[in-house]
Amino acid sequence: MSRVLDWLQLPEVASLHGATVDAMNEFLHLFMLVLFVGWTAFFLFCIWRFWHKRNPKADYVGVRGHASTHLEVSVVIIEAILLIGFAWPFWFQRVEAWPTGDDVVEVRAVAYQFGWAFHYPGQDGKFGRIDYGLYTENPVGLDKEDPNAADDFITVGNMTLPVDQPIIVHVSSRDVIHNLSMVPLRVSQDAMPNEDYPVWFTPTKIGEWEIICGQLCGAGHGSMRALYNVVSTGDYAKFLLENAPAPPVAAASQG
Amino acid sequence: MSTAAIADSHAADHGHDDHDHHEAGFWRKYFFSTDHKMIGMQYGYTALFFLAFGFYLMLCMRWSIAFPGEQLPWYLRLFLVDKFVSNGVMDGGLYNMFGAMHGTIMVFLGIVPLGFAAFGNYVTPLQIGAIDMAFPRLNMASFWCFFIGGIMMLGSFFMPSGAAQVGWTNYSPLATTAQLDYPSVFWTGQTMWLLSMVFIITSSLLGAVNFIATIINLRAKGLTWMRLPFFVWAMMVTGFLLLLAFPPLEVAAIMQLMDRLAYSSFFVPQGLLIDGQPFNVSGGGSPLLYQHLFWFLAHPEVYVLLLPAIAIVAEVIPANTRKPLWGYRSMVYGVLVLGFLSFIVWAHHMYMTGMGAWVSAFFQTTTVLISVPSVILLTCLLISLWGGSIRFTVPMLWATAFLPMFGIGGLTGLPLAFNLIDLHLHDTYYVIGHFHYVVAPGVLFGLFAGIYHWFPKQTGRQMNTFLGHLHFWPSLVGMNMLFAPMMVQGIAGFHRRWYDGGLSFPLTTEKPLFEAGTFFSKIFANGEVITLRDLNILMTYGAGVLALAQIPFIINFFGSQVFGKKTHSDNPWKATTFDWATPTPPPHGNFTSEPVAYKGPYEYSVPGDSDDFSPQWEPTKKEDSKPEEEPALV
Repeated sequence: MSRVLDWLQLPEVASLHGATVDAMNEFLHLFMLVLFVGWTAFFLFCIWRFWHKRNPKADYVGVRGHASTHLEVSVVIIEAILLIGFAWPFWFQRVEAWPTGDDVVEVRAVAYQFGWAFHYPGQDGKFGRIDYGLYTENPVGLDKEDPNAADDFITVGNMTLPVDQPIIVHVSSRDVIHNLSMVPLRVSQDAMPNEDYPVWFTPTKIGEWEIICGQLCGAGHGSMRALYNVVSTGDYAKFLLENAPAPPVAAASQG
Repeated sequence: MSTAAIADSHAADHGHDDHDHHEAGFWRKYFFSTDHKMIGMQYGYTALFFLAFGFYLMLCMRWSIAFPGEQLPWYLRLFLVDKFVSNGVMDGGLYNMFGAMHGTIMVFLGIVPLGFAAFGNYVTPLQIGAIDMAFPRLNMASFWCFFIGGIMMLGSFFMPSGAAQVGWTNYSPLATTAQLDYPSVFWTGQTMWLLSMVFIITSSLLGAVNFIATIINLRAKGLTWMRLPFFVWAMMVTGFLLLLAFPPLEVAAIMQLMDRLAYSSFFVPQGLLIDGQPFNVSGGGSPLLYQHLFWFLAHPEVYVLLLPAIAIVAEVIPANTRKPLWGYRSMVYGVLVLGFLSFIVWAHHMYMTGMGAWVSAFFQTTTVLISVPSVILLTCLLISLWGGSIRFTVPMLWATAFLPMFGIGGLTGLPLAFNLIDLHLHDTYYVIGHFHYVVAPGVLFGLFAGIYHWFPKQTGRQMNTFLGHLHFWPSLVGMNMLFAPMMVQGIAGFHRRWYDGGLSFPLTTEKPLFEAGTFFSKIFANGEVITLRDLNILMTYGAGVLALAQIPFIINFFGSQVFGKKTHSDNPWKATTFDWATPTPPPHGNFTSEPVAYKGPYEYSVPGDSDDFSPQWEPTKKEDSKPEEEPALV
């Protein structure tokens, strides 16, 4: 579907829901193009045909009939279909139908002026306690005394994710509002200071891309760049093992 | 002088029941005037100055985007002191400052004062056959509040901190925590922005009350609601928008001011780490609350920008097509619905804040709904061309070009109404392109049409047609060179507010637009690849074309006031509304005899009439068999 309509030259898409976003975007632009071409044709004809030298006497009534009413009603119907058929259900899926199961990967992304820190729960899948007073200790405010924090680890400027697994990123900020924008994933979520707003997606491609800050955050906003790389499931397991300082569950099973 | 002033105010107190006015003294006439026409002109000149200034800020920004790290050219550096630019190169902080002030100045000190305050003040009382606004002194107070607000905004550039630099939206906590490291937090640009907004909003409120009272109470005999020119309807709706939407931002500005100065924390949560230091506030504030208050103003504000321009186009088109406005009643109902709906769409600016399903469903629906009255307004204007006998006078050129340009602006708003698509387009250049198409070639073209249209009434002289063409055509080209590439970049994922134009994000911005060796790359880049980021250069040249195109306008606007060809008629366009029934230029008190309306506003080319226009103030001839009701119903 999206291939057929692929005329907008949208950038590469690398997430499951991204294809839906693109399909709707491309359909809507097609609809806009049809309206624009139609209106422009009418407009150009009018200014050519009804120039005063070609049409010295104006018509008091002008257009008769109800073509414009029909057009207006058609526009409303198409918009209603887009709204009720696509926009509502798909957004519902984005913000209500959270993925569950063992393969869901959770990460915290904490923005600051001017960079990103990422907090992984480690092998146990549980984040340690967060205390805003500890921002001075580490970039994500992790309480390292907490038992769940034992295998938590933090990366700065680079987020590693496994491919084909549902990801939940808890987006937050420790100073002002930022926005986690990852163009190929079709993800954009404001990072509100000291609030936790989750966003979920499923990456479908392996590769490395940019994280853009999508909300004005100060003088360094224009260069607030981080990277995320989507790796294979095996590489992700390796990445976890390398970084988790004391994976208790894994250690026990190996032992 | 003082006697004249007293006599004048005495006459004003008595409701101008005599038309034997004394000439006011210099100060009362040109500065502290209570005459709606002088106040309109004061607003107009001030707004044009601010538009030029806001445009200059944009030129500097565009230079930085196209040529990051390079020195600004000498003609842009003329106005910049060393405090701002080291070696004449813009950095991120200065870019943010210019960006914030470009937005603020264009919206609050340029377009609104020119569209609503200047044209509204000048034209509305004339069109309803009134001798002045309902509250002339309130009108004067409104202008001076605006003027003080404007001076404060400009003055903030000269403070140690420079002007505000947090975008025209001024979101907390960035706005609350910015520029706190100066000796006096009061004398910083951030604080001055808030104080200045309080003055500007107060001015708008005073103006809005005045417009509403004037239109309801001071209509001439016979000027029933459905005989009002569309311009007047639009002004009334705009007045209500200002009256109801601006107070929340005034409140928000005062609350943020308290956060900065009085240690409150309405918009700041606790536990933030600012510049490596814990930011100690009592906490409990909500940054989202500020966004809601801001956008509750700022969405209706969009229509405050837009309606005066549509209103002007709706006057210029019937006069130059020599036929009635098509669908006048639909337009009136459309604009009323538009005004109402504009109050319940604001959160579509906040889709990415983590919005739940039901809230988002509501705001998506209202946003899509508001496209309906907008399409009705535009369609009626477009269909009005059909069957006309179109004279392409200079005002008509602008009004004609307004239609497709505003059409692009309106259509590109459609994807942004949908939350899902906003995942991709949020805060990208697509958004910038969208609203600039609405406001620059849309609204500004409408306002230029208005300037060329009413200039002969205001001065008794015509503006030069050749210079008018020299203004129009390059402006049309420049606008599109500037804004169309923004759509392309936006689709590709370019985000706004990058002072280096995307240099820092090569994986997103360095994608080829035209591969090496293709046709365009051979013409423009010696056969090398042209990337999406290279479009910045094209856009900057577009801005240059636009800048040059305003020179003929400035010459024309000032030159024609002295050297312009004199008009020999009070109604040079052969128009039908009351504004053309006054002497030229209209004297204090406007009309020489009490005007009476006998018919609808756009009676052009009435079948059976010898003339192709039939003004509102001329009684219908007995022998005419034409119908009395309004023309062109849907």
